[in-house]
Amino acid sequence: MILRPLRAMEPEVRRVIAATMAVNVAVGIFGISFGVASIAAGADVLQTCALSFFTFTGASQFSAMSVVGAGGTATAAFGGAAILAARNFVYGLAMSRMLHFKRPTVPKRLLAAHFIIDESTALASAETDDRLRRIAFWSTALGLFIFWNLGTLLGALLGGAIDPEVWGLDVAFPAVFVAMLGAHLRTRRGRVAAALGALIFVVLVPILPIGVPILAAATAVLVGAWPDSRRRSAT
Amino acid sequence: MTDTRLWWMIAALSATAFGFKALGFVALGGRRLPVVVERCLALIPAALLAALVVKDTVTIGQDVVLDERIVGVAVAAFATWRKMPFLVVIVAAMATTAAIRYGLGS
Repeated sequence: MILRPLRAMEPEVRRVIAATMAVNVAVGIFGISFGVASIAAGADVLQTCALSFFTFTGASQFSAMSVVGAGGTATAAFGGAAILAARNFVYGLAMSRMLHFKRPTVPKRLLAAHFIIDESTALASAETDDRLRRIAFWSTALGLFIFWNLGTLLGALLGGAIDPEVWGLDVAFPAVFVAMLGAHLRTRRGRVAAALGALIFVVLVPILPIGVPILAAATAVLVGAWPDSRRRSAT
Repeated sequence: MTDTRLWWMIAALSATAFGFKALGFVALGGRRLPVVVERCLALIPAALLAALVVKDTVTIGQDVVLDERIVGVAVAAFATWRKMPFLVVIVAAMATTAAIRYGLGS
């Protein structure tokens, strides 16, 4: 279906493919910045590419390499990134209720699981029709995987030739995090959790080893245990 | 960090990331968790991303350091608030910081 020329597709399918491809290409260019930043943080080309291929969840990759670059231990780099990856569990839960395969074999479901990330979840859940949802999911899953990995490779190869400080590359990490954070500040709970996470981190930085304050900041999610005080305005 | 340790970190992180994805999609598929638990899990990005922003903006190792990174990240925050595309946010932040560094001759 994807191999058929775009023009021959039904308008709805064409719309979905076009929307997902726009995201895929943008993420691919974004992958270049991960490649460059990861090399600047001290990984080699193969390690950088392995992260994009096997870990395949952007925020965790950036988080891990940001801790490595700051001189944190492997355990600390892993811890923060792993907690950040836990949101894919929530996406998996959501997608399992939305994505209905014709023949849902276990290998097929395990393969699909690798591609459950921010973008595929967002684009698939934006569709209401079962078939269009599947198309949106696979088009994002496979397209984004290809573009993200190509972008990473390109960035990693470029990385060694660039002085990260001169180009402001050290700011690429926080800029990425700010851009991702935006969507999570729409609810009051999200804003409180973010403020608390930042506060916990900055207070603990001088006291605890590098990387550990990031883990401690995760306790800010307990804001979610707070009961809704004003039901109507609660989001 | 040694090369071997970095490889172990990458392997562990890959296994963990896949574990989380598959646990939600394949193992627990269709089942619901307590509302409070789902609500807390949904807040993970907000809490961690905010902490990571602070980390990469105002700290170096265990020291709080205020420098030209702040201006770059402020530009990123403004661009995000104006709903500008992802890439614009990143490039604007980097360009701002790079320009200040160039201007200061460092």
